[in-house]
Amino acid sequence: MIPAPFDYVAPSTVDEAVRALVDAGEDAKVIAGGQSLLPVLRMRLAAPTTLVDLGRIAELRGVREDGDALVIGSMTTHYDVQRDPLIGEHAALLARATDTVADPQVRHRGTFGGSIAHADPAGDLLAPALALDAEMLVAGPAGRRTVPAADFFDDFFTTAMSPEEILVEVRVPKHTGWHAHYEKFNRVAQAWSMVAVAATVRTEGGTIAEARVGLTNMASVPVRARGVEQALVGQAATPETIRAAAEHAAEGTNPTVDGNADVEYRQQLARVLTGRAISAAMAG
Amino acid sequence: MTSTAEPEVGRARLRKEDARLITGRTRWTDNMSLPGMVHLAVLRSTEAHAKIVSIDTSAAKEMPGVIAVLTGDDLDPGGQLGMPCAWPISPDMKSPRRPVLAQGQVNFAGEGVAVVVARSAAEAEDALASIDVEYDELPVVLGMENALAEDAPLVHEELGTNRNALWVFDSGEAGSGGDVEQAISEAEVVVKRRFRQQRLVPAFMEPRSCVVDPTAAQLTMWSATQVPHILKTMAALTLGIPEHKLRVIAPDVGGGFGGKIAVLPEEIMALLVAQKLGKPVKWTESRSESMVAAHHGRDQIQDLTIAARRDGTVTGLKVELLADMGAYLGLVGPGVPILGAFMFNAIYKIPAYHFACTNVFTNTTLTDAYRGAGRPEATFGIERIMDELAAELGMEPLELREKNWIKHEEFPYTTVSTLTYDSGNYEAATEKAKQLFDYDGLRREQRERRERGDPVQLGIGISTFTEMCGLAPSRVLGSLDYGAGGWEHSAIRMLPTGKVEVITGSSAHGQGHETAWSQIVSDQLGIPFEDIEVLHGDTQSSHKGLDTYGSRSLAVGGIAVVKAAEKVVAKAKPLAAHMMECSEDDLEFAGGKFTVRGTDKSTTIQDVAFAAFMAHDLPEGMEPSLDAEAVFDPENFSFPHGTHLCAAEVDTETGRVALRSYVCVDDVGSVVNPLIVEGQIHGGLAQGIAQALFEEAVHDESGTLTSGTFADYLLPSAADLPSFTTDRTETPSTTNPLGVKGVGEAGTIASTPAVVNAVIDAVRHFGVNDIEMPLTPMRVWQAIRTGASAAGGPGAEAGGGLGSIDSAQGGAR
Ligand SMILES: Cc1cc2nc3c(=O)[nH]c(=O)nc-3n(C[C@H](O)[C@H](O)[C@H](O)COP(=O)(O)OP(=O)(O)OC[C@H]3O[C@@H](n4cnc5c(N)ncnc54)[C@H](O)[C@@H]3O)c2cc1C
Repeated sequence: MIPAPFDYVAPSTVDEAVRALVDAGEDAKVIAGGQSLLPVLRMRLAAPTTLVDLGRIAELRGVREDGDALVIGSMTTHYDVQRDPLIGEHAALLARATDTVADPQVRHRGTFGGSIAHADPAGDLLAPALALDAEMLVAGPAGRRTVPAADFFDDFFTTAMSPEEILVEVRVPKHTGWHAHYEKFNRVAQAWSMVAVAATVRTEGGTIAEARVGLTNMASVPVRARGVEQALVGQAATPETIRAAAEHAAEGTNPTVDGNADVEYRQQLARVLTGRAISAAMAG
Repeated sequence: MTSTAEPEVGRARLRKEDARLITGRTRWTDNMSLPGMVHLAVLRSTEAHAKIVSIDTSAAKEMPGVIAVLTGDDLDPGGQLGMPCAWPISPDMKSPRRPVLAQGQVNFAGEGVAVVVARSAAEAEDALASIDVEYDELPVVLGMENALAEDAPLVHEELGTNRNALWVFDSGEAGSGGDVEQAISEAEVVVKRRFRQQRLVPAFMEPRSCVVDPTAAQLTMWSATQVPHILKTMAALTLGIPEHKLRVIAPDVGGGFGGKIAVLPEEIMALLVAQKLGKPVKWTESRSESMVAAHHGRDQIQDLTIAARRDGTVTGLKVELLADMGAYLGLVGPGVPILGAFMFNAIYKIPAYHFACTNVFTNTTLTDAYRGAGRPEATFGIERIMDELAAELGMEPLELREKNWIKHEEFPYTTVSTLTYDSGNYEAATEKAKQLFDYDGLRREQRERRERGDPVQLGIGISTFTEMCGLAPSRVLGSLDYGAGGWEHSAIRMLPTGKVEVITGSSAHGQGHETAWSQIVSDQLGIPFEDIEVLHGDTQSSHKGLDTYGSRSLAVGGIAVVKAAEKVVAKAKPLAAHMMECSEDDLEFAGGKFTVRGTDKSTTIQDVAFAAFMAHDLPEGMEPSLDAEAVFDPENFSFPHGTHLCAAEVDTETGRVALRSYVCVDDVGSVVNPLIVEGQIHGGLAQGIAQALFEEAVHDESGTLTSGTFADYLLPSAADLPSFTTDRTETPSTTNPLGVKGVGEAGTIASTPAVVNAVIDAVRHFGVNDIEMPLTPMRVWQAIRTGASAAGGPGAEAGGGLGSIDSAQGGAR
């Protein structure tokens, strides 16, 4: 459990970090909290020649308001996301999903941006980012660009970023006053999601005005349950309408098969958990 | 005259060893560092079954810091060395040679192929990738039935079979009961079931590690082992090292659960390399290595047939087992399922019994002892089929058990499998458990949930278990062809200043011996708890012992301590009489004082110890020492028992099982330290529940362990378990002076069937009568949906977690 040898640089600005990546060539890798990368290195599943540590870049840390959006620095830890008052008020779905990530030790080291960049379909922060229509600000040798969440996740552990790019921050439109719940299903408490559902809903009077539902681990990338969203809008939030809407949850999903679940079972979970997520959001 | 001090035995003392164990500020094998020490890393086979065409170590030898790279042929050119198996269960048992490192062929994925010796552990590991091994694949033998099929490829060609041994017990032949076939053919009701005991990983906290110092006066090995004494003798025999030239030390050891009852090829390798290089060496495995290379546990297919009358009287039990040995035989591996032979009849009066176990070789990591060793498997089988019989008869499962169990007035009772249970009271434990559990209330709620079709169904699981522990009477072990006796040793050193050193041959690795033994000695000698130090695990100080496993430490080793203390008092008495100028017959000993009966004249045992040390004025002929030692060989096993009740809620929409309550009332006889007992029960329950719900070692079709990390091999944490309600009844064992029975395995043995029975009970009305362990949500959901016993998962791949990391990319992009 000892990683292969590597060089280590710890730049203090994003530009320096990008330059370090370019200089080190294709076997360089960014390290954020290390909570996904270090196990991979220690098991020698990867052996990058250079690690570029983002830990000393102050501008990557913290949450700020920017008009009708929040901007979350990529190096903001899970622990800080959980407790941030702005996130609690304007993007409660993210806070609730982050509550379910791993354990306190991991949440103190692991970062929001690291989770997004890692793009593990079983990771818990991808579906909320997608559901909230987040945008990723990415910096590379050619400058900075913005990628909407819907275009960001390409495949298992693969994103729209090139190896020389760094995720700087994530811009999340404010969902102030929305009900939110993240319903996670796993076999033991401290584990990645077998399936999870991120649901956030805005009500007007007694009816659902807007709904956003994202699914974790129901494909190689996070997916939006558009059928559910559409079925909910304009409805009174009764157990019946929620159940009926949730029936659409598995439509168009293409989950992987592993020892814990086959396709049919994952789709069953998606439907059941979607109903529960929406009910819990409404109750919360 | 009499001591007013509260007895130590029975006190819930905090464990004196915990501060150093919990903070880690102690000596573990891996944090040892010796002058000039070099580090070993083992290259492990990626193939489950292959001929080794060639091993090219030349590039690795050129790597920075590398001192040597050695193969099996380098260490053992003649191919003579074989790892020991100490339990040949039958005269014609097939024993393949297990080399130190693979020679010519690998037989499981994870077997050692070569060792790098380097200046640092990192350099040793770096060099592994530069060793080039060419394999010629052989067909991989997986699954016991496949292995036994005609024309099956053979794990070991030279054995001519994958069958390791057949072991049979038949009550008709033994004269201890009737003929089971007759019982079955005459039965009013016959229930047959096949249960699977999945393979488990012992998952001790501290990975295995050893350090060998060939520069010491005695060749010295530190090892994270449960069995330093056995290791010393076996290593001496295996390598031809004169036994008196070898010293083995188990320093503090971070758990074992049976997984460290072994003589490791890596230990033998370390001895060989250290002697070859003349330098101290250290080997410490990674968790990934531990998962594939340390022995696994369980892995049985159980075919059970139970015969009964309509009124519920059991008339016969037939047990046919297949037990997977893996690729080689471990130290006691072949005997593990045989320990179950005596336990399938459990607490019941079964008039006819037949047990047959076939041990099988496959291309997998070897199996050996794991907490309970044979007894959890047996208890699971019988407690599961009792529930199935109850369902078949339409009887309340507790009533069925009560109808068949041994009544408390019938002890001592000799069972159909020829053991004599000295004591027990199943009625009392069950009654107490029922009260604590609110059995009737939960049954009512279960009915209501069923009637209203609640999506969350409730089930109640019962396990009324007993076990044989305190391994063991030596003569019984002899009759089972076990390669050693079952006695234990203790010595007591009375130091000049009145302090005491207690030496034990039991080798603690987390159990709390230091605390419990101190409590025992404190009462025996009247010496304060704080003035007693317990020494263990170093063959130089603790020169004699048979170590810790099979819940034997207290019931055997603890009694040796009592016997040694009695000898100390006996030796002190003439000196005390001499000091007080009285007759020995006038002395009584209590609370650490010899008192002249009818007077207030007394002397403390510390004073006597000092007088013995000074030796200026001793009775004629007395040797100047109070020190004493004793070896205790029990006349019988001890038989803890208990009633465990589990209430499980099953979410029928997702298949998730949530344990709502768990009550256990255990009878472990007299209790030395209730806190330690409580801790053993809690840990045991967690492990037993984990077998029912979470853990499984899975191999894919190429023989690769896919559950090779703790992200895939699921261990529960406190968050996954209910708050346990534990209680006790105390029926003292009649076969030892403390009245104690073992407690180390009870929780693990009892809990697995209680949980599975509860889940089946919750969903039986859907037509479900079995679900394979672990009862994953998917398996439970599928069983409910299909109304039949659900088989295993769809694929052999482990799910989620680190197992889902993209190995090619190693992360993002
Ligand atoms: C025991 C354990 C349990 C866990 N359980 C869960 C769980 O339940 N749910 C869950 O969602 N996650 C879980 N995780 C993962 C955890 O959330 C990680 O923190 C997260 O996946 C990665 O964040 P990190 O900051 O540690 O990234 P790192 O491990 O440092 O990096 C991960 C990957 O992302 C890349 N990367 C990181 N930051 C950037 C950036 N700014 N720009 C470009 N690339 C970048 C790295 O190069 C690397 O490839 C668990 C981890 C552990 C160790």
